[in-house]
Amino acid sequence: MTQYILRRLLQSIPLVFFVSLILFILMNSAGDPLATMGGRIPPRAEDRQRLRRQLGLDQPILTQYLYWLVGNDWVMLDLDGDGEGETEGTRKGVIRGDFGTSVVTRQPAMEVISSRIENTMILMLTAEGLAIIIALAIGIYSAMRQYSAIDNLLTSFSFITFSVPIFLLGLILIYVFAVQFKAWGLPHFPTSGMYDPLVGKTFQQVSIHMVLPVTTIALISIAGYSRFIRSTMLEVINSDYIRTARSKGISERRILYLHAFKNASLPLVTLIGLNLPGLIAGAVVTETIFAWPGMGRLFIDHLLRSDVAVIMGLLMIITVAVILSQLMTDIVYTWLDPRIRYS
Amino acid sequence: MASTTANPIQLSAKSNELPKSQGLLARSTRRFFKHRMAVTGTSILVAIILFVSLGTVFFSEADANFNDTSRRLLPISSEHPFGTDTIGRDILARSIYGGQISLLIGITAVTMMVGVGTFVGVLSGYYGGIWDAVLGRIIEAMLSIPQLLLLLVMARFFAGKIPQQELFGRSFSGSVIVIILIIGLTSWMQLARIVRSNVLSLRESEFVSAAKALGASDRRIIMSHILPNTLAPVIVAATLGIAGAILAEAYISFLGLGVQPPTATWGNMLEGAKQYIGEAPWLWIFPGLLIVLSVISINFVGDGLRDALDPRSDSKV
Repeated sequence: MTQYILRRLLQSIPLVFFVSLILFILMNSAGDPLATMGGRIPPRAEDRQRLRRQLGLDQPILTQYLYWLVGNDWVMLDLDGDGEGETEGTRKGVIRGDFGTSVVTRQPAMEVISSRIENTMILMLTAEGLAIIIALAIGIYSAMRQYSAIDNLLTSFSFITFSVPIFLLGLILIYVFAVQFKAWGLPHFPTSGMYDPLVGKTFQQVSIHMVLPVTTIALISIAGYSRFIRSTMLEVINSDYIRTARSKGISERRILYLHAFKNASLPLVTLIGLNLPGLIAGAVVTETIFAWPGMGRLFIDHLLRSDVAVIMGLLMIITVAVILSQLMTDIVYTWLDPRIRYS
Repeated sequence: MASTTANPIQLSAKSNELPKSQGLLARSTRRFFKHRMAVTGTSILVAIILFVSLGTVFFSEADANFNDTSRRLLPISSEHPFGTDTIGRDILARSIYGGQISLLIGITAVTMMVGVGTFVGVLSGYYGGIWDAVLGRIIEAMLSIPQLLLLLVMARFFAGKIPQQELFGRSFSGSVIVIILIIGLTSWMQLARIVRSNVLSLRESEFVSAAKALGASDRRIIMSHILPNTLAPVIVAATLGIAGAILAEAYISFLGLGVQPPTATWGNMLEGAKQYIGEAPWLWIFPGLLIVLSVISINFVGDGLRDALDPRSDSKV
């Protein structure tokens, strides 16, 4: 097992390099970072030229990638444009933990990103946790009472929610729980930001601001998960060993939790493990709608300004997270189903 | 879904003929039209297609793009059944022309997805070896970046690189081509995997060995023996892919990186609707409803096709 994990990790290293090279080329050809540096941009052509040299944008793309990857503190850079290197490079490169400097905020890219990670995690973990619990309840209930009125209602509800784009769901929730509730004089939920700046970032403020974005993300996940849990539970319930357990006189409750659920949870683990990219996409849209200061909104804001350092940092973190979550899924698999062996 | 049973074999005394056998197409069609959700989906889809095509009789594209700020944000009335948007364009007319673009993007992006996916799948499944290794790594790499993020980066990469196009007497903003291209390029991986695994098992089958023994070329084996046998999962994946592509377009356009105005799509009509969410809900209700209806109905049709094309499902449907 340890060997298997190690081999998988080793295999993913070239994968990450490959992904980073492609993304780096895409990002660097997309828009001019100089054009989006706000009012600070010097209009004189020679100043622009100097700035390009300072930012390293005058180098060929593969050289830029090399500097981004391993740093440039081992070469002499030519900053005055006379064709001779005279200044020592200062970048350490991604493999030594230096993701470069944001052209927007002039801060280290990692600082910009890490200030947002926590906010996104609060949103995602709450939504995902809620989604799993509710989807389990719905899925198991529906499977136990297949084709009952409530089952039909829940199934069609999840089918519809599954087809609703997440931004539309967000707009509908805002319209009902903020706009209309306000109009009806009911207590309504805030629709943007993480807390009221007049009150400050208190626990109560953050929780009340979280309600709508968390519901938006959770509803989409619930729709997918519950349909899935229902069908795997149905498959398990109709299997031979459940009938055997029943005929042995084991209580329904014990059958449900010990026999049926454990086996039905196996595909669920895959689904949750593979849902990470979807969750991240959901975060991008939801954070944009609800002005939540997380990684998703950071991504959109800095992508529009061609901030290569921050965008590449975000993409690398997410790629590594996705690869690790796939590996985790495989490991949890062997734990839940001892029949599966990796060699 | 429906619990109707298959036609029982008639064993009446006076006939000793065999039951009439049906072709694959006839059987699949019969199963498809017995699928309640598939029929509902098809009817909704036909209604949407009629809406976006017949609507052009009443509105020209110039109507859809005509703006007059003196009539901005007008509510629903007999003159503007869907209201008007922030710069006074008629939302009904824009829904019609936007729908055409959204559906066009869905269908062409999926054509591309099927082309690339089948090609890659056959290449790595049939020839294996180095092809399989390299293409497998590329698929893995592309799947490890969330599609939306990849779409956004690529939308930024291609932005403004493709000029306006004239087609069918209409002019399309270059961004339409960009969106089709990037959705097609970022969605083929799952299909390639399905095709690959199918080709792998078909390659070892006896009829392929027989064709080989008869001296058939690789090209002939692939075109007339392997591809027709892997058609069913491709059709299902393509149908569901149209829904996915319509949603993908809506996401990037909603985030402002998709199709650029004045060309309307259901997705970019929703951009900026949040600012007017209370005062002008018609800004997002109609295009939003159209997106949901088309995605649901296409998913229904896809599910129906999956059941209809599955030879084992005859007893179930």
